[in-house]
Amino acid sequence: MSSVTELEFQAQAAESAPEQAIEGRSQWQLTWRRLRHDKVAVGSGVVILVMVALAIAAPAFAALTGHGPTQQFNSGTALNGIPVGPGRAFWLGADEQGRDLFVRILYGARVSLFVGIVTTAIGAAIGVAAGLTAGYFGGWVDTVLARFVDAVLAFPYIVLALALAVVLGPSLPVVMGIITFFSWAGIARIVRGQTLSIKEKEYIEAARSVGASSWRIMFVDIMPNLLGPVLVLATLYIPTAIVFEATLSFLGLGVQPPTPSWGNLLSGAESYYNVAWWYLVFPALALFITTLAFNLLGDGIRDAMDPRTERIFAAGRGRRRRDREAASAGAAPKDAYGLTGQAGGI
Amino acid sequence: MTGARGKSPGTAASGMLSSPDGRDGDVLVRVENLVKHFPVRGGGLISRTVGQVQAVDGVSLTLRRGTTLGLVGETGCGKSTLARCIAGLIPVTAGRVIFDGREITNLSRRAMQPVRREIQMIFQDPFGSLNPRRRVGSIIGDPFAVHKTATGAERKRAVQELMERVGLNPEHYNRFPAEFSGGQRQRIGIARALALRPKLIIADEPVSALDVSIQAQILNLLADLQDDYGLSYLFIAHDLEVVRHVSNQVLVMYLGKVAETGPRDPVYDSPRHPYTTALLSAAPAADPETAARRQRIILTGDVPSPIDPPAGCRFHPRCPKAQDLCGRQEPVLEAKPGDQDTHLTACHFPVDAGEDLTRPRARETA
Repeated sequence: MSSVTELEFQAQAAESAPEQAIEGRSQWQLTWRRLRHDKVAVGSGVVILVMVALAIAAPAFAALTGHGPTQQFNSGTALNGIPVGPGRAFWLGADEQGRDLFVRILYGARVSLFVGIVTTAIGAAIGVAAGLTAGYFGGWVDTVLARFVDAVLAFPYIVLALALAVVLGPSLPVVMGIITFFSWAGIARIVRGQTLSIKEKEYIEAARSVGASSWRIMFVDIMPNLLGPVLVLATLYIPTAIVFEATLSFLGLGVQPPTPSWGNLLSGAESYYNVAWWYLVFPALALFITTLAFNLLGDGIRDAMDPRTERIFAAGRGRRRRDREAASAGAAPKDAYGLTGQAGGI
Repeated sequence: MTGARGKSPGTAASGMLSSPDGRDGDVLVRVENLVKHFPVRGGGLISRTVGQVQAVDGVSLTLRRGTTLGLVGETGCGKSTLARCIAGLIPVTAGRVIFDGREITNLSRRAMQPVRREIQMIFQDPFGSLNPRRRVGSIIGDPFAVHKTATGAERKRAVQELMERVGLNPEHYNRFPAEFSGGQRQRIGIARALALRPKLIIADEPVSALDVSIQAQILNLLADLQDDYGLSYLFIAHDLEVVRHVSNQVLVMYLGKVAETGPRDPVYDSPRHPYTTALLSAAPAADPETAARRQRIILTGDVPSPIDPPAGCRFHPRCPKAQDLCGRQEPVLEAKPGDQDTHLTACHFPVDAGEDLTRPRARETA
């Protein structure tokens, strides 16, 4: 036992060592810190916030311009019936019925963002519940749920969406129901996979040895570990939902005119874009910028959650410094810029 | 571990492995012929059972109150499976587990709930056994929350007392596990196990993931807690010196079966099973003179698959003393001539003191 007394001595020495003052950081704090350094993600976040602010302030702009979203103005069209272009009266031009395109785009943003965020939130909630249940309980519960998810994902959803919209009648609740139905399955599949791996961890066994119920283990022990992937996924699902809504509205099966949405604005622009470019370009730009911003933010969050990206950012900073030095020496920086994002089509 | 510190409430030598009647007042855990087989399923759309992993195959043991039973064996010999069966974490295939006079074999979760307060586990991996997304106060307070024994400020006070008791700074209540070292994390695990004041703590390799200096801290902490609360430990390890240090009784497992068991000193000083002898000869000695004098017994081959264990004695394909009989007949776990009646060995040809096993086995089993 002589070696043990030696060890005891070491142990006491180690115990009496002064406490190191290291500020603790949680996973979320670290993620936030990395995200803050990602200019693209921060820029995308700002774009999204501006878009949300504009959507919320849509009535204020309607009051400011004096143009309601469905109000028609004689001054909005020329004598030959062609809408007037961007100017002092109509900031982004008017449509063929003399309505203010700017105000209509803002009101369309309300629909798009509302549909995108709400359907994704509901879809994520259903997906987490289904994936967690399937992954945790396994067995026939898992088989049934996983096959159902496969079936939903395998379905030609645009066809089903069109059929449902025709049968149920086009309206906003129907559109949101359809989008939700197709958004939960992907999240459920990811959550199921994560749950399968997390439930084998020793801390889950520790929770069971303490006597925790299945509910408690699922929602107290497993769910916090799923929030990261689900957040990333949800951020990437929002633009898909927005585009889906725009597609249905464009086809006349979503939000019905005269209520504006980006999809039915584009649909209206179809026959006028050769005489009124603004009618097509501005709604399309709003749709494009918003979906791109959500996609880039989602990519940024995913990178920020991956601890390996710390080094990538550090390397990036070093490279930019070298580039500046090279530029000041008269050489052009040989840098390649990549722009990634989901294609606008669904 | 109290035995090593000379303050043991129950003395090691008095340990009986089984008593024929049910009168076992100071026995806390009695395991009788415990069997745990895991089905091996074939691939394909409809899985069917193609074999059984015989993880634990007819193990009996007795743990007395306030003492420590050390469970030794190679990786894959069924130590952890046995521990999980006793803790009620996995269902038992056959056999009985009697805890504190009550049979707890395969109880439902609800029926098991009061027993859970009295049996707690400490896990091997100080990183994997704590949820990285939960704060330490929440992890240690989990038992209180699950059993609804303390809430709010009362729970926080109880958790901080526990943290202090296991040598953690109570002010670190709101930190995450990632902010602690391996030894500190193991203390968190111990605090969680201690929260409900259990009678039995099953420690599944509690120190094997730690530095040697930290191991000593944790072992001393466990010994102090045993003295203070009268805990009994089922202590699993593959480090023979650690087991010798902490145990009153030792049980050596090989491929799901008990090879040898008994009070610590006889098993360590005069092992009778060739496997125990080989294990002890493989343990590094702190003293270089001892190390130089010692003869290593090199076992040939790997541990056979528990799906298809060897017939007869499971150790016979690797045993330096194996003879024809060993492959045909399974040896009975019994006291060998000259041993205490609590020192049991499952071997047809037990090792005698001073016997040399280092010669390669003569292949004369025609």
